[in-house]
Amino acid sequence: MSEKSFDRRTLLVSAGLSTMAGISAAASGKSTGWVERLLKRRFVELSDARREEILTELEEACRVKYGRDDITVTDTPALDGVEFAYGLDLSRCVGCRRCVYSCVHENNQSRDPQIQWIRVLEMKKDHGIDFAESNVYYDPDEVPEPDSFYVPVACQQCRQPACTKVCPVKATWQEPDGIVVIDSDWCLGCRCCMSACPYGARHFNWTEPRIATEEINPDTHIFGNRLRPNGVVEKCTFCIHRTRKGRYPACVEICPVGARKFGNLLDEAGEMRYLMREKRVFVLKEELNTRPRFYYFYAT
Amino acid sequence: MIKDITSFTTGSARIAFKGGPTFYAWIGFLGIVCLWGLAAWWNQFQHGLITTNMRDQVSWAFYIGNFTFLVGVAAAAVMLVIPAYIYNWKPIKEIAIFGELLAVSAIVMSMLFVFVDVGRPDRVWQLMPIIGTPNLPSSLLGWDVMVLNGYLVLNLIIVVHLLYTGFHKRPYNRKFVVPLLLFSIPAAVGIHTVTAFVYAGTAARPFWNSAILAPRFLASAFCSGPAILLILFQILQRTTHIKIKDEAIWKIAELMAYAMFLNLFLFGAEIFREYYSNTHHLIHTQYLYSGVHGHDALVPYAWASLICSVAAFLLFLIPATRTHLVTLNLGCVLIFAGVYIEKGMALVIPGMTPDTLGEFYEYVPTLNEVRIGAGIFAIGFLVFTLLCKMAIPILRDPDSGKAA
Repeated sequence: MSEKSFDRRTLLVSAGLSTMAGISAAASGKSTGWVERLLKRRFVELSDARREEILTELEEACRVKYGRDDITVTDTPALDGVEFAYGLDLSRCVGCRRCVYSCVHENNQSRDPQIQWIRVLEMKKDHGIDFAESNVYYDPDEVPEPDSFYVPVACQQCRQPACTKVCPVKATWQEPDGIVVIDSDWCLGCRCCMSACPYGARHFNWTEPRIATEEINPDTHIFGNRLRPNGVVEKCTFCIHRTRKGRYPACVEICPVGARKFGNLLDEAGEMRYLMREKRVFVLKEELNTRPRFYYFYAT
Repeated sequence: MIKDITSFTTGSARIAFKGGPTFYAWIGFLGIVCLWGLAAWWNQFQHGLITTNMRDQVSWAFYIGNFTFLVGVAAAAVMLVIPAYIYNWKPIKEIAIFGELLAVSAIVMSMLFVFVDVGRPDRVWQLMPIIGTPNLPSSLLGWDVMVLNGYLVLNLIIVVHLLYTGFHKRPYNRKFVVPLLLFSIPAAVGIHTVTAFVYAGTAARPFWNSAILAPRFLASAFCSGPAILLILFQILQRTTHIKIKDEAIWKIAELMAYAMFLNLFLFGAEIFREYYSNTHHLIHTQYLYSGVHGHDALVPYAWASLICSVAAFLLFLIPATRTHLVTLNLGCVLIFAGVYIEKGMALVIPGMTPDTLGEFYEYVPTLNEVRIGAGIFAIGFLVFTLLCKMAIPILRDPDSGKAA
């Protein structure tokens, strides 16, 4: 728990305390005095200037810890008029799990112990979609197997997320473009959100995450694929560091059968609107009223 | 005034730590268990929660189960306060303070269990209002932290006032204490209800998502908390000069029988709904009582809990066994064991097994988890023992006997 993240966040409760912090900072010649460390505030509450400093500190911490100086940490905000949504064609998915590993690499998930944001469930054709009968550890010589079909599940980016409302410290929330994010510098690790999520989309760092230095993806976002500390929860963010810059999520790009679709729900001429007009879509566990932005469909 | 406070502090400390060889052996034993647990916690702090057997599939387990059970024990202090102060029933009134002492100790333990469960103990201050960012009103864990702290403060004020006035051989201030005691009754119901809502509000977990979870929590709490007190009262009867009437003990046992009846009835109602409607949601109950696909780690515990509860109910219902020393104490032990399993592991683990995507991960606690749990119980018993030691001489003194 000797994380560098202790001294990443700062801000001040009151004028008096900020003076103390100022003195402390001035005395130590650094921006992260002990008073500031004690009185850090949530990233989203900070001034632009202070955010910049924190991003630089995070990059510096990565450099020290992993010995790489090309790691960037950004806080690219949501774009106006954008609401991301996802489509997944179950009739195409062959269960190859390329999306799983592409996601692991893209989003700097821990390799040991292994964390996977996408879980591909093998379902039996004579049961239909039935989680109780599904198997995530299928391992035949070749997929797809004739009696099975495959349902990949990751964060459904719900419109009414069950996870964010249970968080006791406001460490997770929904962004204007619909992406549900976590502030890893604020997460308490109480795992209420993991109890609340109906899709098993949230994963916990049960120990210090381990990634080989050369496997790190240096293009990171503070609420997405940045290198996470021990003891906090993490999840899929639709590749926030890519999609907010107009790129596809890694899982969409890697899918060898084109089962994965992604786009802006507010763009009438866009891919997602086309999909929803032309196909019949459904969501998982609709009875829970989470209203996912992740749509499944059978194209054929 | 300041002299009074100093003499109270030093005097109480002297009373608390003075005792015979049995007392020191007990304290020494608790101290060793504390250290044993602390070493285990240090190991967890160094390596993270991977030292537990919790994983993404079963992300709450032993710690949160113990937390839930202990909130119930804390709430049960009201079991003694209700008859003592509302119905002015003298035999219980003298000993109701021990219920408050137990509440304080149980709250300390339950908060420690939350502390060891979080991934980032360095960030728990964020739960506090003003300095932190509590997500109120929407987060039930946020509310739970508020009400548990409030309940702890409330009970501490009552206890310290009673001990302080008793120490100085002054009568306690009725106008100050009685309203607080009365307020502690809804507060106790409140802490256990909010704790139940943490689970019951989780639509993703059908095993918990039940309207009668809070009533079940309360019913079982009114059994487990007094069970500890009944045993304590008998120790006090024999080792001190405190006069605890047998009829007070029998009355509490009778009330426990009613509470256990309610608990078993609500349990039966839940079981009926699950098995008769036979939906997908039944799988969690099946995992608990019969096992599914060969996953059956909890089955013996679930049945043991049910058998203990039914047996204790019968022992406390029948006047002859309720008033007999051996069967009374057997009943207390059975109730404690039955509720400990029911409100602990048998509540938390089946809620998460299978997980939301249907995966079975069979959880069994690691030795490290059990050691941390034992350490927390040792701290709780230590607090309770020392508080009781302070209270005993005050209650013994006939002049200040009305202090409680």
